[in-house]
Amino acid sequence: MATQSTHFIPVKKVRQQDFASDQEVRWCPGCGDYAILATLKRVLPDLGIPREKYVFVSGIGCSSRFPYYMNTYGIHSIHGRAPTIATGIRLANPELSVWIITGDGDGLSIGGNHLIHIMRRNVNVNIILFNNEIYGLTKGQYSPTSPKGQVTKSSPYGSIDNPFNPIKVALASGATFVARTVDRDTKHMAEIFRRAARHKGVSFVEVYQNCVIFNDGAFREVTDPQEKPEHALYLEHGKPLLFGKEKKKGLRLHRFHLEVVELDDPEQADDILIHDQHNPDTAYATLLAELTDKENMPIPLGVFRSIEMETYEEAFFRQIETVKTMKGEGDLKQLMVSGDTWEVKA
Amino acid sequence: MAKTHKTVIKVDDVTVRFAGDSGDGIQLTGKQFTRTTALIGNELSTFPDFPAEIRAPAGTTYGVSGFQIHFGSHPIYTPGDKVDVLVAMNPSALKVNIKYLKPNAIIIVNEDNFTERNLRLAGYPKNPLEDGSLKGYQVYPVPVTELTRKALEALGLSQKEKDRCKNFFALGIVYWLYNRPLEPTIEWIQKKFAKRPELAKANILALKAGRNFAESTELFASHYQVEPAKIRPGVYRNITGNEALSLGIIVAGRKAGLDIFVGSYPITPASDILHELSLHKNFGVKTFQAEDEMAAIGAAVGASFAGDLGVTATSGPGMALKTEFLNLAVMTELPLVIFDVQRAGPSTGMPTKTEQADLLFALYGRPGESPVPVVAPRSPSDCFYAAFEAARVAIQYMTPVIVLSDLYLANGAEPWRVPDLDQLPPIALTSAQPGEEYLPYQRDPETLARKWALPGTPGLEHRIGGLEKEENTGNVSYDPDNHERMVKLRAEKVERIRDILPEPEIEGPDEGELLILSWGSTYGAVVTVMQELRKKGREVSHYHLRWLNPLPRNLEYYIRNFNHVFIPEVNLGQLSRIVRDRYLIDAVSFNRVKGQPLMVQELKEAIEQILAR
Repeated sequence: MATQSTHFIPVKKVRQQDFASDQEVRWCPGCGDYAILATLKRVLPDLGIPREKYVFVSGIGCSSRFPYYMNTYGIHSIHGRAPTIATGIRLANPELSVWIITGDGDGLSIGGNHLIHIMRRNVNVNIILFNNEIYGLTKGQYSPTSPKGQVTKSSPYGSIDNPFNPIKVALASGATFVARTVDRDTKHMAEIFRRAARHKGVSFVEVYQNCVIFNDGAFREVTDPQEKPEHALYLEHGKPLLFGKEKKKGLRLHRFHLEVVELDDPEQADDILIHDQHNPDTAYATLLAELTDKENMPIPLGVFRSIEMETYEEAFFRQIETVKTMKGEGDLKQLMVSGDTWEVKA
Repeated sequence: MAKTHKTVIKVDDVTVRFAGDSGDGIQLTGKQFTRTTALIGNELSTFPDFPAEIRAPAGTTYGVSGFQIHFGSHPIYTPGDKVDVLVAMNPSALKVNIKYLKPNAIIIVNEDNFTERNLRLAGYPKNPLEDGSLKGYQVYPVPVTELTRKALEALGLSQKEKDRCKNFFALGIVYWLYNRPLEPTIEWIQKKFAKRPELAKANILALKAGRNFAESTELFASHYQVEPAKIRPGVYRNITGNEALSLGIIVAGRKAGLDIFVGSYPITPASDILHELSLHKNFGVKTFQAEDEMAAIGAAVGASFAGDLGVTATSGPGMALKTEFLNLAVMTELPLVIFDVQRAGPSTGMPTKTEQADLLFALYGRPGESPVPVVAPRSPSDCFYAAFEAARVAIQYMTPVIVLSDLYLANGAEPWRVPDLDQLPPIALTSAQPGEEYLPYQRDPETLARKWALPGTPGLEHRIGGLEKEENTGNVSYDPDNHERMVKLRAEKVERIRDILPEPEIEGPDEGELLILSWGSTYGAVVTVMQELRKKGREVSHYHLRWLNPLPRNLEYYIRNFNHVFIPEVNLGQLSRIVRDRYLIDAVSFNRVKGQPLMVQELKEAIEQILAR
């Protein structure tokens, strides 16, 4: 039995517009969600998967309206519970390419439990988490990724919650593909989506997504053309960790943390870390993820981790096959009389 | 077998209870007695009484494990209210079970265990075997431990191994008392211990020693004979409610040509369903132990969306957590079967005790207008048919269906005549075909079911979800008239399920003084009362509900034909409320909420009181 969704057998050329449903898109003008929708529609036709094999599953929130706008199979479910439905879909039909669309509130607050468990199981789905660090659909409360001190409608004197770092949650849960991208950089986003789709196993992609109404400019550091070069650290496998306008800054390991070094200093330049997304330990990727929360440190974008591991579905269906080999195809009549039986004669 | 010169007394039915420490092999002993009793042709019903604690300290009252069997030469519908014979392996087993005994009941105790320490653990200030407190019972103290050790003296076993055989010694005594053959148990022991012949030998010796002791010491004044019942010919097996639910759903999957996807989270007393189903992966059964109750039903809903039959099993606390997903299944109109094995609530309540108090919750316990079909099995073996019917309705009407079982059915067992599967009705799918003009919420004019379009099918791409849907197209709609229409359509669809359900038949006259209206696991107690009343020449009628939603058409007719409608339930009167609400009649509610099944005696007394009015 095939257990992968990613059999690249192009049937007929599917175009970007084929993925648009007949429903009017109803996000706020200027919302980052539009860019993500457009990018996915652009990426999907290139993956060689027939349109009818795609299933988009979402929870509740602005981002979760997503399935209605895709002319694929889709289910707009319950707040936080998309991973559970996606798991059921994959186990019912492992030929399907399943995408979970979630947000910071949906995925990390009300649905936190399901998110970590689908990642630890390594179910072969693609999770796109739209992180805007705010509750949008309920009109502006702080979310589990809002920075401490953020003033919102439900935190008029500042949020006192410590925020989650979504990448760290994914890494700690054992996700086998972990990446981050930004709504404003559609080229980078497209590349990350493509790689997520091709990854066998769970793919977790955090997308920094601007909420133009309730949290405008939350990710200015990596979206503003002036600020971005100083703050964005693009992760590329096998390349040194460099950033800054002229790529003159790098990162090296000092004791148990990363520190910034100037490339001009020949004594330090040799120590620059080379990015290794296949590192089996999560410690290295976690160090990178933690840069996000530190002052005067760059914000990594790209693939933090990408490793090969058996998927849940592979193990699930292999076990079924093993039992069938062991016991043979189930015989109902035999099953009905299993255990102790006796006959009452006429 | 040696001839006995004792008097043999014929009795119609008997209830025996084995009780002892969890480690005493009580369940095994009970099952052996059950097996032998079934083989010689008695009717029977059994119920295990497990302690809530997994490994309670030896000798304590809360560590007592019990097994009750009621058997007879006529049809038996309950494990018995009161006990004729108690086998108590220690003081605590006596202490906790004495309240179940009939006057003058036989008590067989292992007197070796009535030590100072064990008496203290049981909370007996004095030894009840010596202080006269057991007057009114026939007490037989037997040094079971000592006699078992002696019987096994010649075998090279450790003391501990010898002591493990003492349950078979006790079983041997009871076999003699009820004149049962030893052979079925001997054969079972030989099979079970095929790899340890020395243990097989020891257990068989202990069994025989027990029997011989009872016979040669003239322990009892007489022994009893329960004649075989008139049983319909066929192949029989014992089955518990949870096993029957599992088998029923497997068979339904096969009939429908669907894989069964079971998403479940461990919870007492429903876990056995997950255990059972996870054994049968070669029958098109997929089992998934989820991270929580919501994920369990969520995965089942996802699997149903993608073309399996989603199933989830739980009990009260889990039902509470599943309500939001139940509503999603109502809204998305996907097939789904939910087993609610009721236990005493609310909240954690008493997880190892039975109750029927989830009825109103199953019917109404969801935000919004959310109709869900509900079926309640009436006996352990009936769980098979309830599960099958639930799956059939779920698939043919594209709806979630709740099966209301309970702990009493789940753990209770009875002999079951294995049915001919060809006799079961077919299950028709509502599938949309590739290439057809597909509207997700277009309905079958008869059933009102929408069509199932499976992801992966070219041309049927569609989106569903929790938002209100426009009729036919399934597009999101906030239109007020559309919403009202959809609310009514969803309700009407469930009402129409009646069309494929056989109506229950009334037992007794069509009209008269008193109608007993019951549902679920109280069936056995009510039928037993009916038999007893009839023996006394009392004529009452009985109508047992199988589907609680939709209610059968003929129910109202019968209700209006009787002066009194008497509704016994293990809750505070939930069906009574429904009947009063719906038919505006003054139904008489009879309630017990003690975590126990209804007792035949108290039910009979209540009915007789009404008839005497």
